[in-house]
Amino acid sequence: MNDFNYTRVYSMDEALANVSLGKGHRVIAGGTNLIDLMKYFITTADELVDINPISEHQTIEELPDGRLRLGAFATNADTAYHPLVESRYPLLNRAILAGASAQIRNMATNGGNLLQRTRCYYFYDINTPCNKREPGTGCSAINGYNRTMAIMGTSEHCIAVFPSDMCVALAALDAVVNIVGPEGTRQLPFADFHRLPGNTPHIDNNLMDNELISSIDLPEKGFSSSYSYLKLRDRNSYAFALVSVATALDLEHGLIKEARIALGGLAHKPWRVQEAEDFLKGKQASKTNFEAAADLILQGAKSFEFNAFKIELAKRAIVRNCMMALDPDTQQPGAQPSL
Amino acid sequence: MITENISTPVISHKKKLSLTINGEVKTLEVKPWVSLLDCLREHLDLTGTKKGCDHGQCGACTVIVDGKRILSCLTLAVMKDGASITTIEGIGKDGELHPLQKAFIDHDAFQCGYCTPGQICSAIGMIAEGKAKTRTEVKELMSGNLCRCGANTNIIDAIMEVQEGLTNE
Repeated sequence: MNDFNYTRVYSMDEALANVSLGKGHRVIAGGTNLIDLMKYFITTADELVDINPISEHQTIEELPDGRLRLGAFATNADTAYHPLVESRYPLLNRAILAGASAQIRNMATNGGNLLQRTRCYYFYDINTPCNKREPGTGCSAINGYNRTMAIMGTSEHCIAVFPSDMCVALAALDAVVNIVGPEGTRQLPFADFHRLPGNTPHIDNNLMDNELISSIDLPEKGFSSSYSYLKLRDRNSYAFALVSVATALDLEHGLIKEARIALGGLAHKPWRVQEAEDFLKGKQASKTNFEAAADLILQGAKSFEFNAFKIELAKRAIVRNCMMALDPDTQQPGAQPSL
Repeated sequence: MITENISTPVISHKKKLSLTINGEVKTLEVKPWVSLLDCLREHLDLTGTKKGCDHGQCGACTVIVDGKRILSCLTLAVMKDGASITTIEGIGKDGELHPLQKAFIDHDAFQCGYCTPGQICSAIGMIAEGKAKTRTEVKELMSGNLCRCGANTNIIDAIMEVQEGLTNE
């Protein structure tokens, strides 16, 4: 990596003052993605701003109105294993534990999880054109080896996928991202946090350069009775998803009151389709209905030379995971298939 | 083809830091870009911790920092000023092997041995976490440590023997 200076900051104000100094100042929290990117010269910095000494935003706290606030600087492991996450938001627990490894989850923070970059091979290879890494140079994946790439929401400029598991569950749970900036605080619904590539694939999300994530709020409703996270990948553990699905169901007398289905590994952001979730409302929790919902979710999917398999894989994963959600106790460690 | 080129290259200064390593306080000066892994190996001559991929994909560099297993290759030494670090050199006591070291020998849980320090530090961290109750869970929670010789089955056997109260499911 290139040489850089290193500064420790002890408050959010101090951190904000540092990031407002420009692009050369980069925030480091867990470092699990940033240090890797710097080793490959994909990201450079002239000043690393270490926010770990900040005492705020490290905890998981219940708010008076029943919401749960996940501190941006809490680790993925501390979040997944927090008693209130385990009991009220087991979908989030499962999704976090399906990602990375135990060591990385002990280091990586919640804010960092939202801000991690794609693992597209071409983004990582600085000798190839990539619009995300170097805008205007072209996309090597579109006509390259695109087996792991996106099939939803792509553009002619980028077909990279967003790699997080945690964020797939956060999308399904309708989380809200709390942001602090020079003008104060603002909130973004989770669906509006990450962006599609469009003409600006180098911009992953709607966080401004001079802003920081302070926390993530979960609504009170945690879908702890009927939920499942399924992750399909090239090996059983410690690999990024080809397709992953988070399902949360609210059932009454066998009928679906509310359904949430979010997908990972398919797009530049966690993918939800309102039409499919509306379709399931009031219907029987049956395989046939889940198949119809899966068709609605994948309609409009656009595959490339090597990733057409993802369309069928995603459909089957949706149906299987919805069936697993009816019997959450059958879930396997690492979000492997069951039932 | 380095993106976001920096106009004036930075020439950083060494930072002074203090680390408690295997119970001993060490004071040293390193550049900000030195990983904790390189700090241990190159600056403190603790070469038990191994560099495998250097990108967080293999687990060979696993050490225990303030009681938690982490990857020393994805951590900067300067970020750990004041921390307490345990490496493979520090787990045996009074000339006796740690129970996991003994179990790894008894179960033939390595061939080349390169991943072993990371495997053992990771297993110590996993047992302290207390989340694995079954063999399947041990396998899942040890998946961050790759063994290319293929000793995985014996590695899990060794850990199962040391961690009490596990069921062999």
